[in-house]
Amino acid sequence: MAVAEGKMASRVEPRPRAFHQRPMRYIVGRVFIYLLIIVGGAVSMFPFVWTLMSSGKSVWELTAFPPTLFPQEQIFIENYTRLLTEVPFLVWIRNSAVVTGLNLLGAISSAAIVAYGFSRFQFRGREAWFFIMLTTMMLPGEVTLIPQYLIFHALGWIDTFNPLIVPAYFGGGAFNIFLIRQFFLSIPRDMDESAEIDGANPFQIFFKILLPLSKPVLATAAALGFIGNWNSFMGPLIYLNSPRKFTATLGLRYFSMGATAATIEIGSLQPMENLLMAGSLIVAMPCLILFFVAQKYFVQGIVTTGIKG
Amino acid sequence: MSTMAGEGARIAKAPLDSMTARQKRMERYGYLFISPWLLGFFAFTFIPIAASIFLSFSRYSVLRPPEFIGLTNYRYALLGGDRLMWPSIGRSFRYAVFMVPLALTGSLLVAILLNQKVKGIAYWRTFYFLPTLTPGVASAILWGWLLNPELGLVNYLIGGLGLPTPRWFASPQWALPGIILIGMWGSVGGGSMIIFLAGLQDIPVELVEAADIDGAGRLRKFWNITLPILSPVIFFNLIIGIIGALRVFETAFVATRGGPARATWFISLHIYATAFEYFDFGYAAALAWVLVVIIVSMTVLQFRLAKSWVFYQGA
Repeated sequence: MAVAEGKMASRVEPRPRAFHQRPMRYIVGRVFIYLLIIVGGAVSMFPFVWTLMSSGKSVWELTAFPPTLFPQEQIFIENYTRLLTEVPFLVWIRNSAVVTGLNLLGAISSAAIVAYGFSRFQFRGREAWFFIMLTTMMLPGEVTLIPQYLIFHALGWIDTFNPLIVPAYFGGGAFNIFLIRQFFLSIPRDMDESAEIDGANPFQIFFKILLPLSKPVLATAAALGFIGNWNSFMGPLIYLNSPRKFTATLGLRYFSMGATAATIEIGSLQPMENLLMAGSLIVAMPCLILFFVAQKYFVQGIVTTGIKG
Repeated sequence: MSTMAGEGARIAKAPLDSMTARQKRMERYGYLFISPWLLGFFAFTFIPIAASIFLSFSRYSVLRPPEFIGLTNYRYALLGGDRLMWPSIGRSFRYAVFMVPLALTGSLLVAILLNQKVKGIAYWRTFYFLPTLTPGVASAILWGWLLNPELGLVNYLIGGLGLPTPRWFASPQWALPGIILIGMWGSVGGGSMIIFLAGLQDIPVELVEAADIDGAGRLRKFWNITLPILSPVIFFNLIIGIIGALRVFETAFVATRGGPARATWFISLHIYATAFEYFDFGYAAALAWVLVVIIVSMTVLQFRLAKSWVFYQGA
């Protein structure tokens, strides 16, 4: 704002007095803004830095007072190796990857198909169904949670990945359908109409024309969906019971309660806060990396569904 | 009501009972393509909602078939039979009352800050967004350690300034502020900040220039231009924020398990424990409906209030 204001002031009021005053005020304003940004950024980032540092300390050093920032012994490699060997951490990560991958596959493909139906075909009740779909976005999950659990219980799906994966294949969620439909509506219809004249059927139009043009929105849905799935906690908490089937978030909580491979198999407890720090970082890492890579897709997704919704 | 307009247009061209072959085909394709969602809607939303209404009037713990008991569950919940119910709703509200205004103001300020022309702005935006991407479990664990009353860094810094150090998750008074602190860290730079940022970039330059010509100061421009134009975005973030805050679960579940002395036993924890620890599914369904009624009435209330302060440019 300071820049814009400075420029405008000079345009509107080009008198020498203003010219003399501007640089000092401008510099002070800039310094202030940079200071604020740096302090805020440090507060946002510091817990990560602290966790990273803690993951290289011994338990003894971790509980030393006053706290040290840089680990003195620097046993990073030892800690991370212990984490991967003494705790079934790789199994949990693999479970998360399987659930996230299969869920995303179903969610994105079925949401795209449903969005195609809503955006390209006239049928009786279309607006009513679409409205119902949007209202399900507002519905707090608490009301469907218990009957859903009972349904999956009746199907014998408790302690399997199915409850976390299968529902995604039925429409992929109102949010994704809405996001992809908005994008489909922005693609000119001339394309599919000319393909139709050339004798293409609706499936061919969908796969050969719309999908290839929709890579950005599919990437957006996938990026947001990845974070949602990877970080999800309530679902795995309710449906998964045996430690070997835990996803990464659930495993992390289990681990934080003092459970390690040793407790799971032998039943002994020992302090492992340094490994817990290492584990927290590993679980957080895929989303952080994904965000660095696919930043613009996140922002697009949040903005489209936020503002136009 | 665009349904009417759509139907009307079609009827004008061809009456419904004599649709062309192509229209019939289109209609069939339309339903074919939305059928996955239709099936899913009935299986995972509609039937569960109906079942959940029925369950809320029953006693059910999986072992025996549900038994209809009328309003007993609701009476138990609302009339004080369940000593944990109202206090837990009160806690969720207290959390929302602090969390929503703080997070909304915070994310608006961050958005304004990140809307400045500053070097490396893309990196700064990423840094501010990272806490949002952190799994709730990880941030609860991480902050649990930072807020450790004896060994934590936060108390080390507070003590270093010569201030009294709170006992955070070891004390009933400070546990809720601790949860709010974690919530703030995880949301100030997050989705609502990005939506604010997009809103800020939509402010017409002409308006700002006109205000400059009139000699408006920075605060005046913020009050008379930025805020009114942002008001629909603020409203959107407010609604989402209230719903999210009233459903707070994960941080408290991981960091404190609702303790100490139930100081962070929110309504969502109460529902979870009733259903999945005590397997009292009928009563848990009733509790869930109480929460939904509260959330819906808060949303309706906000929509009422919105008429007096939300300003739509187009309208």
